[in-house]
Amino acid sequence: MTRQTRQLRVNSLARVEGEGALRVVIEDGAVQSAELHIYEPPRFFEAFLRGRQHTEPPDITSRICGICPVAYVTTACQAIEAACQVEITEDIAELRRLLYCGEWISSHALHMYFLHIPDFLGYPDVIELAGDHRAAVERGLRLKQAGNAILEMVGGRANHPVNPCLGGFHRATTSASLAELSRQLQQALDDALATVEFVATFDFPDRELDAILLAVHHADRYAIDSGEVRSSDGHNFSASEFANHSTEFQVPHSTALHAALDGRSYLTGPLARYTLNSGQLSPLAREAATAGGLGPTCRNPFRSIVIRAVETVYAIEEALRLIAEYRPPDPPAIPVAPRSGSGCGVTEAPRGLLYHRYQLDSDGMIRTAAIVPPTSQNLAVIERDLRDVVAANTSMDDAALIALCERTIRNYDPCISCSAHFLDLTVVRR
Amino acid sequence: MTELPTLAVWKFASCDGCQLTLLDCEDELLTLAGQVKIAHFLEASSSPEPGPYDLSLVEGSITTRQDEQRIRQVREWSKALVTIGACATSGGIQALRNFGDVDEFRRAVYASPQYIDTLTTSTPISSHVPVDFELRGCPIDKRQLIEVISAFLIGRRPDIPDTSVCSECKRRGLTCVMVADGTPCLGPVTHAGCGALCPAVGRGCYGCFGPMTGANLPALSSQLRQCGMTEGAIDRVYATFNVTAFRRPGADR
Repeated sequence: MTRQTRQLRVNSLARVEGEGALRVVIEDGAVQSAELHIYEPPRFFEAFLRGRQHTEPPDITSRICGICPVAYVTTACQAIEAACQVEITEDIAELRRLLYCGEWISSHALHMYFLHIPDFLGYPDVIELAGDHRAAVERGLRLKQAGNAILEMVGGRANHPVNPCLGGFHRATTSASLAELSRQLQQALDDALATVEFVATFDFPDRELDAILLAVHHADRYAIDSGEVRSSDGHNFSASEFANHSTEFQVPHSTALHAALDGRSYLTGPLARYTLNSGQLSPLAREAATAGGLGPTCRNPFRSIVIRAVETVYAIEEALRLIAEYRPPDPPAIPVAPRSGSGCGVTEAPRGLLYHRYQLDSDGMIRTAAIVPPTSQNLAVIERDLRDVVAANTSMDDAALIALCERTIRNYDPCISCSAHFLDLTVVRR
Repeated sequence: MTELPTLAVWKFASCDGCQLTLLDCEDELLTLAGQVKIAHFLEASSSPEPGPYDLSLVEGSITTRQDEQRIRQVREWSKALVTIGACATSGGIQALRNFGDVDEFRRAVYASPQYIDTLTTSTPISSHVPVDFELRGCPIDKRQLIEVISAFLIGRRPDIPDTSVCSECKRRGLTCVMVADGTPCLGPVTHAGCGALCPAVGRGCYGCFGPMTGANLPALSSQLRQCGMTEGAIDRVYATFNVTAFRRPGADR
């Protein structure tokens, strides 16, 4: 009897950030392998950071990702400030958190409305979606604009911000300009609540992801810009211990490294943050989550869009709180004198935990740099989820199975530019 | 009814930031979508249409053999081709490899460097195919992007001034950070377009739009020295987001 062989191929997966390929091999109805091939050309940031001054990584690493530059800027600052044993003031930390909220709002709005909602409603893109759902798309655009308004006001530019620097900011944003922002954010809060209601009505396939979840945890608030690392299997450690637990390894089919937590694959991002920290969301965000059908934890990757909507509500409320309590930092930046040593930083980029580590010499020149983006950490779990999804749906025809694979990948909002970058999907059936 | 002109967006080695600038045009996006057919934009749409295209926007630099071939194909399909951003226009920050040892870079980042297929250089699009217009910036400015798209669709030259950041700084009425505070600033040699964002927050320009035409680097370098910068620091500030365009001859990177 001959073996049954089918081969499917899609050359480029759309509505993800970056370039990659998926290869699935099915033999006699059983999944042999599911590999996410990432052929985003490597850009070698960690190599050319060596020999740069300690003040440079915030601006340089910002260019790793055009979707979450604030995550890179903030994490680089945190790591180098730790290496130089400098503590920033509470006022500077609050302004950084406000800037980071802007990135969450803008990035989540982008992913939900431009990349993800079209999947649930059966449209190829947001422009076609706008033909039938103009009001919803305009709401998404307003939300994104509100996030960008924070980025521009506090960061000096919507992308690759110019105002943040090592130790704080070049110039403290004025209270008057933030007061103007609050009016726009009030409208955005209504838009975010409407978004939770909207996405909660979608049809979510049943899935329960059995994976270790890892997120930053802060004692007092839903972690974004700082905290310790926690996992669903009881890990609890500081940024400086991250490399002792999470190890990166290379697989032949990817220019992005993969990662494991004490030898086991794990997931970061909205599912992890929500499951580990949902109790710390604001009352309004928790209420919205409950109304949106979420319990205290969530392990269904298809529902990650509801979590992003809830987190958008939270980030807007948090931005409004930070503006209401704002004290312009004076001085706007703490001087960071160079010092021989090493330092680490962890923050929650919109797509998950981001880690930076720098080793400096006594003149502050960088000797080594290590950066672990969220998507690298998530790749092993994404591949496993794909494998499970394919295994459970081998009876589907090729087009339907490919569409389901693409949706599965988009659930994780992979940022391949960060991890190394287009998705090219190949399914081989033998 | 006349058919709408077609627009395509392409990505090579880059951070995605410049193509996302198109999605950052929140107020203009739906209007634009009524004026052009966005025929190929993988980041935003899962229904790419085959060429030819009236206007292609190209982000990113060429760093692999496959991309050397792909950009030729994009050129063939495109009536007009405009590069967007520092990577596509000058090779970007990843062009720092051009002055380093790529094999060593590969070993520094990857445990199994033999799996990593890359060229030893990161080069601008214009090194491979004819380019109709180069839009500067790391990232590009969204108002300039709308201007360039509008100009190409109408069939006129884009109104993108080739002056320095200083001219924008003066127009905004900002105090010169170099003259008043002794802060090193690349404004006098940097292509305008950002609107003098850095001086507006009291910081010196760091050249993310690349050099203006006829930039006088030696004159600025002596000014930077007077501001207290070392030769190494001066080399580094030129050798960042537009390293191939700004780099000083003989610099160690």
